[in-house]
Amino acid sequence: MIEFVDVHKSFGPKRVLGGFNLSIEKGETFVIIGQSGIGKTVALRHVAGLLHPDSGTVLVEGVQVNGASPGTMRKLRERMGVLFQSGALINWMTVAENVALPLSEHRRFPKKEIDRLVDEKLGLLELGDAKQKTPSEISGGMKKRVALARVLMSNPDIILYDEPTTGLDPVMSMVISDLIRQMQRDFGVTSLVVTHDMKSAFHVGDRIGMLYGGELVQVGSPEEIMNTENAVVRQFINGELEGPIRAQ
Amino acid sequence: MNSGINTTGRRLGGIFELIGSRVMEFLDQAGYTILLLARAFYYLKDAPPKAREIVTQMYFAGVKTLVVCSLVGVFTGMILALQTGIELQNFGMQYQIGHLIIASMTREMGPFMAAIILTASVGSAMAAEIGTMKVYDEIDALEMMSISPVKFLVMPRVVALATMMPVVSIYIIVLACLGGAVVANSILNVSFNVYMKHLYKGIHFKPIYVGLLKSFVFGLIISGVSCAYGLRATSGELGVGHATRSSVVASFLMVLIIGYFITAIFYG
Repeated sequence: MIEFVDVHKSFGPKRVLGGFNLSIEKGETFVIIGQSGIGKTVALRHVAGLLHPDSGTVLVEGVQVNGASPGTMRKLRERMGVLFQSGALINWMTVAENVALPLSEHRRFPKKEIDRLVDEKLGLLELGDAKQKTPSEISGGMKKRVALARVLMSNPDIILYDEPTTGLDPVMSMVISDLIRQMQRDFGVTSLVVTHDMKSAFHVGDRIGMLYGGELVQVGSPEEIMNTENAVVRQFINGELEGPIRAQ
Repeated sequence: MNSGINTTGRRLGGIFELIGSRVMEFLDQAGYTILLLARAFYYLKDAPPKAREIVTQMYFAGVKTLVVCSLVGVFTGMILALQTGIELQNFGMQYQIGHLIIASMTREMGPFMAAIILTASVGSAMAAEIGTMKVYDEIDALEMMSISPVKFLVMPRVVALATMMPVVSIYIIVLACLGGAVVANSILNVSFNVYMKHLYKGIHFKPIYVGLLKSFVFGLIISGVSCAYGLRATSGELGVGHATRSSVVASFLMVLIIGYFITAIFYG
Protein backbone atom coordinates (compact mmCIF):
# COMPACT_ATOMS: atom_id res chain seq x y z
CA MET A 1 0.00 0.00 0.00
CA ILE A 2 2.74 2.46 1.06
CA GLU A 3 6.34 1.67 0.22
CA PHE A 4 9.66 3.46 0.64
CA VAL A 5 12.48 1.96 -1.41
CA ASP A 6 16.00 3.14 -0.57
CA VAL A 7 14.89 6.75 -0.04
CA HIS A 8 17.61 9.34 0.51
CA LYS A 9 16.86 12.94 1.48
CA SER A 10 19.21 15.70 2.59
CA PHE A 11 18.71 19.38 3.38
CA GLY A 12 21.99 21.05 2.52
CA PRO A 13 24.72 19.15 4.36
CA LYS A 14 22.23 17.53 6.76
CA ARG A 15 21.33 13.98 5.78
CA VAL A 16 17.81 13.22 7.06
CA LEU A 17 16.92 9.97 5.31
CA GLY A 18 19.69 7.67 4.16
CA GLY A 19 18.51 4.44 2.58
CA PHE A 20 15.08 4.50 4.21
CA ASN A 21 13.04 1.35 3.48
CA LEU A 22 9.53 0.61 4.69
CA SER A 23 6.46 -1.26 3.53
CA ILE A 24 3.03 -0.65 5.07
CA GLU A 25 0.19 -3.07 4.36
CA LYS A 26 -3.40 -2.13 3.52
CA GLY A 27 -5.43 -1.46 6.66
CA GLU A 28 -2.33 -1.39 8.86
CA THR A 29 -1.40 1.37 11.31
CA PHE A 30 2.34 1.91 11.26
CA VAL A 31 3.97 4.25 13.73
CA ILE A 32 7.34 5.92 13.18
CA ILE A 33 8.96 6.96 16.45
CA GLY A 34 12.14 8.93 16.95
CA GLN A 35 13.67 12.07 18.38
CA SER A 36 12.41 15.52 17.43
CA GLY A 37 14.02 16.74 14.22
CA ILE A 38 15.24 13.26 13.24
CA GLY A 39 13.19 13.20 9.99
CA LYS A 40 9.88 11.51 10.88
CA THR A 41 7.78 14.30 9.36
CA VAL A 42 10.09 14.38 6.34
CA ALA A 43 9.30 10.70 5.72
CA LEU A 44 5.55 11.34 6.10
CA ARG A 45 5.65 14.29 3.70
CA HIS A 46 7.21 12.08 1.03
CA VAL A 47 4.07 9.92 1.03
CA ALA A 48 1.88 13.00 0.56
CA GLY A 49 4.09 14.27 -2.26
CA LEU A 50 4.87 17.43 -0.30
CA LEU A 51 8.57 16.52 -0.41
CA HIS A 52 10.49 14.58 -3.01
CA PRO A 53 13.43 12.25 -2.35
CA ASP A 54 16.92 13.00 -3.63
CA SER A 55 17.00 9.36 -4.72
CA GLY A 56 14.88 6.29 -4.19
CA THR A 57 11.19 5.65 -4.70
CA VAL A 58 8.00 6.25 -2.74
CA LEU A 59 5.03 4.17 -3.86
CA VAL A 60 1.39 4.43 -2.84
CA GLU A 61 -0.73 1.52 -4.10
CA GLY A 62 1.93 0.82 -6.68
CA VAL A 63 1.90 4.39 -8.02
CA GLN A 64 5.20 6.22 -7.79
CA VAL A 65 4.62 9.44 -5.83
CA ASN A 66 7.90 11.14 -6.66
CA GLY A 67 7.72 12.30 -10.24
CA ALA A 68 3.96 11.75 -10.51
CA SER A 69 2.10 14.11 -12.86
CA PRO A 70 -0.20 16.73 -11.26
CA GLY A 71 -3.23 14.71 -12.42
CA THR A 72 -1.94 11.48 -10.87
CA MET A 73 -1.03 13.34 -7.69
CA ARG A 74 -4.51 14.84 -7.50
CA LYS A 75 -6.09 11.39 -7.83
CA LEU A 76 -3.78 9.99 -5.13
CA ARG A 77 -4.50 12.88 -2.79
CA GLU A 78 -8.24 12.38 -3.20
CA ARG A 79 -7.76 9.05 -1.42
CA MET A 80 -5.35 10.40 1.17
CA GLY A 81 -5.66 12.74 4.15
CA VAL A 82 -3.05 14.40 6.33
CA LEU A 83 -3.63 15.42 9.94
CA PHE A 84 -1.01 18.14 10.36
CA GLN A 85 0.65 18.80 13.71
CA SER A 86 -0.94 22.26 14.02
CA GLY A 87 -4.29 21.12 12.61
CA ALA A 88 -3.74 23.55 9.72
CA LEU A 89 -7.26 24.94 9.94
CA ILE A 90 -8.06 28.10 8.00
CA ASN A 91 -8.30 30.76 10.69
CA TRP A 92 -10.90 33.05 9.17
CA MET A 93 -13.35 30.20 8.52
CA THR A 94 -15.72 28.62 11.00
CA VAL A 95 -15.34 25.01 12.08
CA ALA A 96 -18.19 23.99 9.74
CA GLU A 97 -16.65 25.87 6.79
CA ASN A 98 -13.26 24.29 7.49
CA VAL A 99 -14.74 20.80 7.56
CA ALA A 100 -16.76 21.46 4.39
CA LEU A 101 -13.71 22.81 2.52
CA PRO A 102 -12.62 19.64 0.64
CA LEU A 103 -16.09 19.32 -0.88
CA SER A 104 -17.29 22.93 -1.11
CA GLU A 105 -14.21 24.07 -3.05
CA HIS A 106 -14.61 21.39 -5.69
CA ARG A 107 -18.39 21.85 -5.97
CA ARG A 108 -19.01 18.17 -6.45
CA PHE A 109 -21.96 18.02 -4.09
CA PRO A 110 -25.01 20.25 -3.53
CA LYS A 111 -24.76 22.52 -0.49
CA LYS A 112 -27.46 20.59 1.38
CA GLU A 113 -25.52 17.33 1.00
CA ILE A 114 -22.31 19.02 2.16
CA ASP A 115 -24.09 20.42 5.23
CA ARG A 116 -25.43 16.94 6.04
CA LEU A 117 -21.94 15.41 5.73
CA VAL A 118 -20.43 18.17 7.88
CA ASP A 119 -23.02 17.49 10.61
CA GLU A 120 -22.34 13.76 10.34
CA LYS A 121 -18.54 14.12 10.70
CA LEU A 122 -18.78 16.71 13.47
CA GLY A 123 -21.24 14.45 15.29
CA LEU A 124 -18.88 11.48 14.92
CA LEU A 125 -16.12 13.48 16.61
CA GLU A 126 -18.48 15.10 19.15
CA LEU A 127 -17.96 18.60 17.82
CA GLY A 128 -21.56 19.57 17.07
CA ASP A 129 -21.47 22.51 19.51
CA ALA A 130 -18.35 24.03 17.94
CA LYS A 131 -19.84 24.25 14.45
CA GLN A 132 -20.05 28.03 14.25
CA LYS A 133 -16.86 28.77 16.21
CA THR A 134 -13.60 29.83 14.58
CA PRO A 135 -10.34 27.90 15.20
CA SER A 136 -9.12 30.62 17.58
CA GLU A 137 -12.14 29.97 19.82
CA ILE A 138 -11.52 26.24 20.35
CA SER A 139 -8.93 24.22 22.27
CA GLY A 140 -5.91 22.40 20.81
CA GLY A 141 -7.60 19.02 21.15
CA MET A 142 -10.73 20.28 19.40
CA LYS A 143 -8.61 21.72 16.60
CA LYS A 144 -7.09 18.26 16.01
CA ARG A 145 -10.55 16.71 15.99
CA VAL A 146 -11.85 19.35 13.56
CA ALA A 147 -8.83 18.69 11.33
CA LEU A 148 -9.61 14.97 11.50
CA ALA A 149 -13.26 15.67 10.62
CA ARG A 150 -12.01 17.63 7.59
CA VAL A 151 -9.79 14.71 6.58
CA LEU A 152 -12.73 12.30 6.89
CA MET A 153 -14.91 14.39 4.55
CA SER A 154 -13.20 12.86 1.54
CA ASN A 155 -13.45 9.29 2.92
CA PRO A 156 -9.72 8.60 2.55
CA ASP A 157 -8.19 5.13 2.35
CA ILE A 158 -4.94 6.45 3.79
CA ILE A 159 -4.48 8.90 6.67
CA LEU A 160 -1.10 10.36 7.60
CA TYR A 161 -0.90 11.65 11.15
CA ASP A 162 1.89 14.13 11.94
CA GLU A 163 2.44 14.26 15.73
CA PRO A 164 -1.30 13.88 16.44
CA THR A 165 -0.97 14.14 20.23
CA THR A 166 1.77 16.77 20.58
CA GLY A 167 0.76 19.64 22.85
CA LEU A 168 -2.30 17.85 24.25
CA ASP A 169 -3.01 16.82 27.81
CA PRO A 170 -2.85 13.04 28.58
CA VAL A 171 -6.63 12.57 28.45
CA MET A 172 -6.99 14.40 25.14
CA SER A 173 -3.98 12.45 23.80
CA MET A 174 -5.82 9.24 24.57
CA VAL A 175 -9.01 10.58 22.93
CA ILE A 176 -7.06 11.29 19.72
CA SER A 177 -5.27 7.92 19.92
CA ASP A 178 -8.64 6.19 20.29
CA LEU A 179 -9.92 8.06 17.24
CA ILE A 180 -6.95 6.81 15.21
CA ARG A 181 -7.78 3.26 16.28
CA GLN A 182 -11.45 3.90 15.46
CA MET A 183 -10.56 5.07 11.94
CA GLN A 184 -8.77 1.77 11.33
CA ARG A 185 -11.44 -0.38 12.97
CA ASP A 186 -14.54 1.27 11.48
CA PHE A 187 -13.29 2.46 8.09
CA GLY A 188 -10.33 0.13 7.38
CA VAL A 189 -8.04 3.11 6.94
CA THR A 190 -4.33 2.55 6.36
CA SER A 191 -2.42 4.88 8.66
CA LEU A 192 1.08 6.21 9.02
CA VAL A 193 1.54 7.90 12.39
CA VAL A 194 4.59 9.96 13.27
CA THR A 195 5.04 10.59 16.97
CA HIS A 196 7.38 10.64 19.94
CA ASP A 197 4.53 10.03 22.36
CA MET A 198 5.27 6.41 23.31
CA LYS A 199 1.97 5.84 25.11
CA SER A 200 0.06 6.81 22.00
CA ALA A 201 2.45 4.84 19.75
CA PHE A 202 1.90 1.61 21.71
CA HIS A 203 -1.88 2.23 21.77
CA VAL A 204 -2.42 2.85 18.05
CA GLY A 205 0.36 0.95 16.27
CA ASP A 206 0.10 -2.47 14.65
CA ARG A 207 3.81 -2.11 14.00
CA ILE A 208 6.30 0.47 15.20
CA GLY A 209 9.56 1.54 13.57
CA MET A 210 12.29 3.61 15.20
CA LEU A 211 13.95 6.18 12.93
CA TYR A 212 17.56 6.89 13.83
CA GLY A 213 20.47 8.02 11.67
CA GLY A 214 18.32 8.29 8.54
CA GLU A 215 16.93 4.74 8.62
CA LEU A 216 14.65 2.47 10.64
CA VAL A 217 16.86 0.77 13.19
CA GLN A 218 14.11 -1.61 14.34
CA VAL A 219 10.62 -2.49 13.16
CA GLY A 220 8.31 -4.67 15.20
CA SER A 221 5.02 -5.11 17.02
CA PRO A 222 4.42 -2.95 20.12
CA GLU A 223 5.35 -5.94 22.29
CA GLU A 224 8.61 -6.50 20.39
CA ILE A 225 9.50 -2.82 20.70
CA MET A 226 8.62 -2.79 24.39
CA ASN A 227 10.93 -5.76 25.03
CA THR A 228 13.66 -4.75 22.62
CA GLU A 229 17.34 -5.49 23.08
CA ASN A 230 18.29 -2.67 20.71
CA ALA A 231 20.13 -0.07 22.81
CA VAL A 232 18.93 2.91 20.75
CA VAL A 233 15.26 1.88 20.89
CA ARG A 234 15.47 0.94 24.55
CA GLN A 235 17.00 4.29 25.50
CA PHE A 236 14.38 6.18 23.48
CA ILE A 237 11.26 4.37 24.72
CA ASN A 238 12.44 4.51 28.33
CA GLY A 239 13.66 8.10 28.08
CA GLU A 240 17.07 7.20 29.52
CA LEU A 241 19.91 9.72 29.69
CA GLU A 242 22.66 7.12 29.21
CA GLY A 243 22.96 5.39 25.86
CA PRO A 244 23.91 5.84 22.23
CA ILE A 245 21.40 8.67 21.60
CA ARG A 246 22.79 12.15 22.18
CA ALA A 247 20.60 15.25 22.51
CA GLN A 248 20.52 17.13 19.18
CA MET B 1 53.49 40.46 -3.13
CA ASN B 2 51.80 37.39 -4.54
CA SER B 3 49.84 36.80 -1.33
CA GLY B 4 48.61 40.44 -1.47
CA ILE B 5 47.34 39.92 -5.00
CA ASN B 6 45.72 36.65 -3.97
CA THR B 7 43.94 38.30 -1.00
CA THR B 8 42.63 41.14 -3.21
CA GLY B 9 41.56 38.60 -5.80
CA ARG B 10 39.70 36.56 -3.20
CA ARG B 11 37.96 39.70 -1.85
CA LEU B 12 36.93 40.77 -5.36
CA GLY B 13 35.75 37.25 -6.07
CA GLY B 14 33.71 37.33 -2.86
CA ILE B 15 32.10 40.65 -3.81
CA PHE B 16 31.22 39.39 -7.30
CA GLU B 17 29.85 36.17 -5.80
CA LEU B 18 27.67 38.18 -3.40
CA ILE B 19 26.40 40.47 -6.18
CA GLY B 20 25.80 37.45 -8.40
CA SER B 21 23.84 35.58 -5.74
CA ARG B 22 21.73 38.67 -4.98
CA VAL B 23 20.97 39.17 -8.69
CA MET B 24 20.02 35.49 -8.98
CA GLU B 25 17.78 35.79 -5.90
CA PHE B 26 16.10 38.87 -7.38
CA LEU B 27 15.55 37.19 -10.76
CA ASP B 28 14.24 34.04 -9.07
CA GLN B 29 11.77 36.04 -6.96
CA ALA B 30 10.73 38.24 -9.93
CA GLY B 31 10.16 35.16 -12.10
CA TYR B 32 8.14 33.47 -9.36
CA THR B 33 6.00 36.61 -8.88
CA ILE B 34 5.32 36.97 -12.62
CA LEU B 35 4.31 33.29 -12.87
CA LEU B 36 2.14 33.66 -9.77
CA LEU B 37 0.32 36.64 -11.32
CA ALA B 38 -0.09 34.70 -14.58
CA ARG B 39 -1.64 31.80 -12.64
CA ALA B 40 -3.88 34.25 -10.75
CA PHE B 41 -5.10 35.57 -14.13
CA TYR B 42 -5.81 32.01 -15.24
CA TYR B 43 -8.02 31.51 -12.17
CA LEU B 44 -10.07 34.64 -12.96
CA LYS B 45 -12.56 32.18 -14.45
CA ASP B 46 -13.27 31.11 -10.86
CA ALA B 47 -13.78 34.66 -9.60
CA PRO B 48 -17.62 34.54 -9.32
CA PRO B 49 -17.70 31.76 -6.69
CA LYS B 50 -14.97 33.62 -4.81
CA ALA B 51 -16.97 36.87 -4.74
CA ARG B 52 -17.31 36.81 -0.95
CA GLU B 53 -13.56 36.56 -0.43
CA ILE B 54 -12.90 39.24 -3.05
CA VAL B 55 -15.36 41.63 -1.39
CA THR B 56 -13.77 40.92 2.02
CA GLN B 57 -10.34 41.76 0.62
CA MET B 58 -11.75 44.89 -1.04
CA TYR B 59 -13.15 45.89 2.33
CA PHE B 60 -9.67 45.50 3.91
CA ALA B 61 -8.05 47.51 1.11
CA GLY B 62 -10.68 50.24 0.92
CA VAL B 63 -12.78 50.71 4.02
CA LYS B 64 -10.15 49.68 6.57
CA THR B 65 -7.64 52.19 5.16
CA LEU B 66 -10.18 55.01 4.87
CA VAL B 67 -8.94 57.04 7.84
CA VAL B 68 -5.26 56.94 6.92
CA CYS B 69 -6.09 57.61 3.24
CA SER B 70 -8.19 60.61 4.25
CA LEU B 71 -5.41 62.08 6.40
CA VAL B 72 -2.71 61.42 3.80
CA GLY B 73 -4.90 62.88 1.03
CA VAL B 74 -5.81 66.07 2.89
CA PHE B 75 -2.29 66.74 4.17
CA THR B 76 -0.65 65.95 0.82
CA GLY B 77 -2.89 68.59 -0.79
CA MET B 78 -2.21 71.06 2.00
CA ILE B 79 1.58 70.57 1.84
CA LEU B 80 1.58 70.78 -1.94
CA ALA B 81 -0.49 73.97 -1.87
CA LEU B 82 1.67 75.52 0.81
CA GLN B 83 5.05 74.65 -0.71
CA THR B 84 4.23 75.56 -4.29
CA GLY B 85 1.78 78.35 -3.43
CA ILE B 86 4.43 80.36 -1.60
CA GLU B 87 6.71 80.16 -4.65
CA LEU B 88 3.85 81.03 -7.01
CA GLN B 89 3.01 84.01 -4.80
CA ASN B 90 6.44 85.50 -5.63
CA PHE B 91 5.32 85.67 -9.25
CA GLY B 92 1.77 86.72 -8.41
CA MET B 93 0.45 83.45 -9.83
CA GLN B 94 -0.94 81.83 -6.69
CA TYR B 95 -4.40 81.68 -8.33
CA GLN B 96 -2.96 78.81 -10.48
CA ILE B 97 -2.56 76.60 -7.44
CA GLY B 98 -5.68 74.51 -8.23
CA HIS B 99 -4.30 73.68 -11.65
CA LEU B 100 -0.98 72.62 -10.20
CA ILE B 101 -2.50 70.43 -7.51
CA ILE B 102 -4.85 68.49 -9.80
CA ALA B 103 -2.07 68.00 -12.37
CA SER B 104 0.49 66.66 -9.92
CA MET B 105 -2.04 64.55 -8.02
CA THR B 106 -3.57 62.85 -11.07
CA ARG B 107 -0.27 62.32 -12.88
CA GLU B 108 1.84 60.99 -10.04
CA MET B 109 1.07 61.76 -6.43
CA GLY B 110 -2.39 60.21 -6.13
CA PRO B 111 -1.46 56.72 -7.41
CA PHE B 112 1.90 56.86 -5.62
CA MET B 113 0.40 57.85 -2.26
CA ALA B 114 -2.26 55.14 -2.59
CA ALA B 115 0.45 52.60 -3.43
CA ILE B 116 2.52 53.58 -0.39
CA ILE B 117 -0.44 53.33 1.98
CA LEU B 118 -1.71 50.04 0.60
CA THR B 119 1.79 48.51 0.51
CA ALA B 120 2.34 49.37 4.15
CA SER B 121 -1.10 48.38 5.39
CA VAL B 122 -2.61 45.79 3.03
CA GLY B 123 0.44 44.34 1.23
CA SER B 124 2.34 43.70 4.44
CA ALA B 125 -0.75 42.09 5.99
CA MET B 126 -1.12 39.83 2.94
CA ALA B 127 2.50 38.68 3.14
CA ALA B 128 2.22 38.09 6.89
CA GLU B 129 -1.10 36.25 6.65
CA ILE B 130 -0.06 33.96 3.79
CA GLY B 131 3.41 33.52 5.32
CA THR B 132 1.84 32.40 8.60
CA MET B 133 -0.42 29.99 6.70
CA LYS B 134 2.67 28.63 4.97
CA VAL B 135 4.69 27.98 8.11
CA TYR B 136 1.69 26.45 9.91
CA ASP B 137 1.09 23.93 7.08
CA GLU B 138 -2.20 25.52 5.97
CA ILE B 139 -0.92 25.90 2.41
CA ASP B 140 0.14 22.23 2.40
CA ALA B 141 -3.28 21.31 3.79
CA LEU B 142 -4.88 23.11 0.82
CA GLU B 143 -2.59 21.23 -1.57
CA MET B 144 -3.60 17.96 0.08
CA MET B 145 -7.26 18.82 -0.55
CA SER B 146 -6.33 19.53 -4.19
CA ILE B 147 -7.25 23.18 -3.63
CA SER B 148 -4.94 25.53 -5.47
CA PRO B 149 -3.54 28.16 -3.06
CA VAL B 150 -3.37 30.52 -6.04
CA LYS B 151 -7.09 30.16 -6.69
CA PHE B 152 -8.00 30.13 -3.00
CA LEU B 153 -5.73 32.90 -1.69
CA VAL B 154 -3.86 34.79 -4.40
CA MET B 155 -6.49 35.43 -7.06
CA PRO B 156 -9.04 37.09 -4.70
CA ARG B 157 -6.32 39.34 -3.26
CA VAL B 158 -4.98 40.34 -6.67
CA VAL B 159 -8.49 41.12 -7.98
CA ALA B 160 -9.40 43.07 -4.84
CA LEU B 161 -6.24 45.20 -4.72
CA ALA B 162 -6.12 45.87 -8.48
CA THR B 163 -9.76 47.01 -8.25
CA MET B 164 -9.44 49.07 -5.10
CA MET B 165 -6.16 50.82 -5.91
CA PRO B 166 -7.70 53.15 -8.55
CA VAL B 167 -10.65 53.84 -6.21
CA VAL B 168 -8.31 54.74 -3.35
CA SER B 169 -6.21 56.88 -5.71
CA ILE B 170 -9.26 58.87 -6.81
CA TYR B 171 -10.32 59.29 -3.19
CA ILE B 172 -6.86 60.60 -2.25
CA ILE B 173 -6.85 62.99 -5.25
CA VAL B 174 -10.26 64.39 -4.29
CA LEU B 175 -9.22 64.90 -0.66
CA ALA B 176 -5.89 66.44 -1.70
CA CYS B 177 -7.81 68.94 -3.83
CA LEU B 178 -9.97 69.79 -0.81
CA GLY B 179 -6.89 70.13 1.43
CA GLY B 180 -5.30 72.37 -1.19
CA ALA B 181 -8.45 74.49 -1.28
CA VAL B 182 -8.24 75.09 2.48
CA VAL B 183 -4.62 76.31 2.27
CA ALA B 184 -5.29 78.31 -0.92
CA ASN B 185 -8.20 80.07 0.76
CA SER B 186 -6.75 80.60 4.22
CA ILE B 187 -3.05 81.28 3.50
CA LEU B 188 -2.71 82.20 -0.16
CA ASN B 189 -5.90 84.31 -0.28
CA VAL B 190 -7.22 82.48 -3.33
CA SER B 191 -11.01 82.32 -3.26
CA PHE B 192 -12.73 78.96 -3.47
CA ASN B 193 -14.34 79.86 -6.83
CA VAL B 194 -11.00 80.86 -8.40
CA TYR B 195 -9.36 77.74 -6.99
CA MET B 196 -12.07 75.49 -8.40
CA LYS B 197 -12.06 77.27 -11.77
CA HIS B 198 -8.33 76.59 -12.22
CA LEU B 199 -8.68 73.12 -10.81
CA TYR B 200 -11.28 72.24 -13.49
CA LYS B 201 -9.00 73.75 -16.12
CA GLY B 202 -6.27 71.34 -15.00
CA ILE B 203 -8.41 68.24 -15.46
CA HIS B 204 -7.37 66.43 -18.64
CA PHE B 205 -8.28 63.00 -19.88
CA LYS B 206 -4.75 61.65 -20.40
CA PRO B 207 -3.38 62.23 -16.87
CA ILE B 208 -6.52 60.65 -15.48
CA TYR B 209 -6.37 57.45 -17.50
CA VAL B 210 -2.60 57.16 -17.11
CA GLY B 211 -2.98 57.71 -13.36
CA LEU B 212 -5.71 55.07 -13.15
CA LEU B 213 -3.64 52.65 -15.23
CA LYS B 214 -0.72 53.22 -12.88
CA SER B 215 -2.92 52.54 -9.88
CA PHE B 216 -4.21 49.34 -11.43
CA VAL B 217 -0.66 48.15 -12.22
CA PHE B 218 0.50 49.11 -8.71
CA GLY B 219 -2.35 47.02 -7.30
CA LEU B 220 -1.17 44.03 -9.32
CA ILE B 221 2.44 44.56 -8.27
CA ILE B 222 1.76 44.96 -4.55
CA SER B 223 -0.63 42.00 -4.31
CA GLY B 224 1.60 39.79 -6.50
CA VAL B 225 4.80 40.63 -4.64
CA SER B 226 3.18 40.29 -1.19
CA CYS B 227 1.54 36.94 -1.96
CA ALA B 228 4.77 35.63 -3.55
CA TYR B 229 6.84 36.47 -0.49
CA GLY B 230 4.17 35.00 1.79
CA LEU B 231 4.01 31.75 -0.16
CA ARG B 232 7.79 31.37 0.01
CA ALA B 233 8.10 32.07 3.73
CA THR B 234 10.16 29.51 5.64
CA SER B 235 11.65 29.05 9.12
CA GLY B 236 8.69 29.81 11.38
CA GLU B 237 7.80 33.22 12.78
CA LEU B 238 11.21 34.64 11.90
CA GLY B 239 10.62 33.71 8.27
CA VAL B 240 7.21 35.40 8.31
CA GLY B 241 8.80 38.62 9.60
CA HIS B 242 11.47 38.40 6.94
CA ALA B 243 8.90 37.75 4.19
CA THR B 244 6.78 40.72 5.34
CA ARG B 245 9.73 43.11 5.45
CA SER B 246 11.05 41.93 2.09
CA SER B 247 7.63 42.22 0.47
CA VAL B 248 7.24 45.84 1.61
CA VAL B 249 10.73 46.80 0.36
CA ALA B 250 10.26 44.99 -2.96
CA SER B 251 6.79 46.50 -3.48
CA PHE B 252 8.09 50.05 -2.86
CA LEU B 253 10.96 49.56 -5.28
CA MET B 254 8.79 47.97 -7.95
CA VAL B 255 6.16 50.73 -7.62
CA LEU B 256 8.87 53.37 -8.14
CA ILE B 257 10.55 51.59 -11.05
CA ILE B 258 7.39 50.53 -12.90
CA GLY B 259 5.83 53.95 -12.16
CA TYR B 260 8.77 55.63 -13.87
CA PHE B 261 8.47 53.42 -16.95
CA ILE B 262 4.72 54.01 -17.28
CA THR B 263 5.40 57.77 -17.08
CA ALA B 264 8.18 57.43 -19.65
CA ILE B 265 5.94 55.48 -22.02
CA PHE B 266 3.06 57.97 -21.89
CA TYR B 267 4.91 61.26 -21.41
CA GLY B 268 8.45 60.55 -22.58
